[in-house]
Amino acid sequence: MSSVIQVQGLTKKFGHHFTAVNDLSFSVNKGDVYGFLGQNGAGKSTTIRMLLSLIEPTAGEIEIFGLPLSDNRSAIMQKVGAVIEKPAMYEYLTAYQNLKIFSALSGVSKTKTQLLHELDVVGLATRAQDNVGTFSQGMKQRLAIAMAMVNDPELILLDEPTNGLDPQGIADIRNLILNLSREQGKTVLVSSHLLSEIEQVATRLIIIDKGCKLVEGDSKDLFDTSKTVVEINTLDNQQALQQLLQTSWLNQILVDRCNSKQIVMQLDEKLLPSLHKNLVDLGIGVLSVKPMHSLEDYFLQITSTQKYV
Amino acid sequence: MFNLVQVELYKIFKRPRTYIAFGAVAALIGIIQFGLKLDGKSYLDFMLNDLSSSLEIDGKILNGYLVCYVMLQLLLVHVPLLIALIAADMISGEANMGTLRLLLIKPYSRTTLLLAKFIAAIIYTLLLLVWLAILALFGSMLLFGTDDMFLLKTSYVVLLKESDVFWRYIGAFGFAALAMTTVASLGFFLSVFAENSIGPIVATMSVIVFFTILSTLNIPIFNLIKPYLFTTHMIGWKEFFDIKVDASNEAIIGSIQNPQKIIKAALVLFVHTVGFFVATVLVFRKKDILS
Repeated sequence: MSSVIQVQGLTKKFGHHFTAVNDLSFSVNKGDVYGFLGQNGAGKSTTIRMLLSLIEPTAGEIEIFGLPLSDNRSAIMQKVGAVIEKPAMYEYLTAYQNLKIFSALSGVSKTKTQLLHELDVVGLATRAQDNVGTFSQGMKQRLAIAMAMVNDPELILLDEPTNGLDPQGIADIRNLILNLSREQGKTVLVSSHLLSEIEQVATRLIIIDKGCKLVEGDSKDLFDTSKTVVEINTLDNQQALQQLLQTSWLNQILVDRCNSKQIVMQLDEKLLPSLHKNLVDLGIGVLSVKPMHSLEDYFLQITSTQKYV
Repeated sequence: MFNLVQVELYKIFKRPRTYIAFGAVAALIGIIQFGLKLDGKSYLDFMLNDLSSSLEIDGKILNGYLVCYVMLQLLLVHVPLLIALIAADMISGEANMGTLRLLLIKPYSRTTLLLAKFIAAIIYTLLLLVWLAILALFGSMLLFGTDDMFLLKTSYVVLLKESDVFWRYIGAFGFAALAMTTVASLGFFLSVFAENSIGPIVATMSVIVFFTILSTLNIPIFNLIKPYLFTTHMIGWKEFFDIKVDASNEAIIGSIQNPQKIIKAALVLFVHTVGFFVATVLVFRKKDILS
């Protein structure tokens, strides 16, 4: 499957002391709904802004549609649509005027009927001539999505698209994402701090924390309830991880965490005794092997944001 | 590019704030014209107080040309604020609304976007001056009629023939347009650093006030920098109303006393305008958009 986004070693430092994104690598395939998961402040928005060249990376490479972003920004952006954090628009203009402006800026010539149809798709046809300043958060979010879609993009980046929405609004966004992927074949990258939300739409996902990648993989594998997640603590986790990466346990290693403090693996519970034996055979000083029931348990532990999930 | 400029102008002229400047100019001009129409004689008596014993003037001194000159002296000091209202908001206002990030993910380079915004800000500035010209010059010509133009300078008087005045106004407004474009470019530059409009608007006016004070202070140490300050040259439009005289002290119709001074002033303003814009591009191209 061809890769739409390819990110390698992406790093962003603000000043000398704060690293927002740390050596992040991931890839998004064509047709994916790619979940970008992490607690608030994990580096999701910074990463998305770097994908949109709003923020310049300190290090690393970004390729979109097989082209380096740094040299092909304009060509790439013709095929990209995005909603970045809270919806932004010209509040003194009507919904129709906002959509018309962004249609023109995208180099797309659309008739009034076409633009009104697009407002109809997001349920704003009856409010087309109203000033956006009078809109609720949910209505603004729907208009922002219409604005992001106005150039019929192949890749859509949605940064926390359900923030501030009521349950119905959240369900609408979820259905829209599924529709974009399944019916229209679009590639969607959607970020959230809610695992439950990502779980319902993502075909693949990444979890990041403090700018580092924790987990990346197919949703069906990561959410496989027949497997358990174990956290292993050893005398020297870095060295132990290197040793494990040379073994057949490689595919079970879940967490690729920079400055790793733990080794996290996802495997069939029946394999736990065998893993334990192998660790001892490798001469790794095991301090603990702590099983967790699911990826969700693990996510809750690392993010310590149970109240949000 | 044309498309981008069109969008920027659409946004400017759909915004109620834009019309504050046009309304303010109309109100100020209306009030001055009204006052001079009702009580222009008192104004003239006050203005010519020292000369009444030594000079006898025939004709209609309080005519449209003089009224326009009086208004330009007053208004061109305050118009920068009205220009800053829009120019200093061009980027910071978008950052404040969050729309800047939407603009920057469209398939245009940052430089192209800045250039479009800058052109739109200049067009707004020029339209404001055209509006000022229509009301102050044509409005006054209509209300007060035209005649020879009598100007009282610091140490001498200038008398311009009626037929020799109109082209000077065209030159003066053209020069004022350049001066106001410099103000717009300063506001535009400061706009890059902020995420709300108030800061750059206040900063623009503060820079103008500060430099104007430096330009007018008669302290020798500042004389070195005065020729390089754009504020020193913003009143260069007045040079169009100084006429050359021949050996017999007769005015030479169609002449300007010191055209080099106008050229030099225009050059300083132009260099500042280009400098501010280039600086804006350099800062903005590297800026992380976090708003």
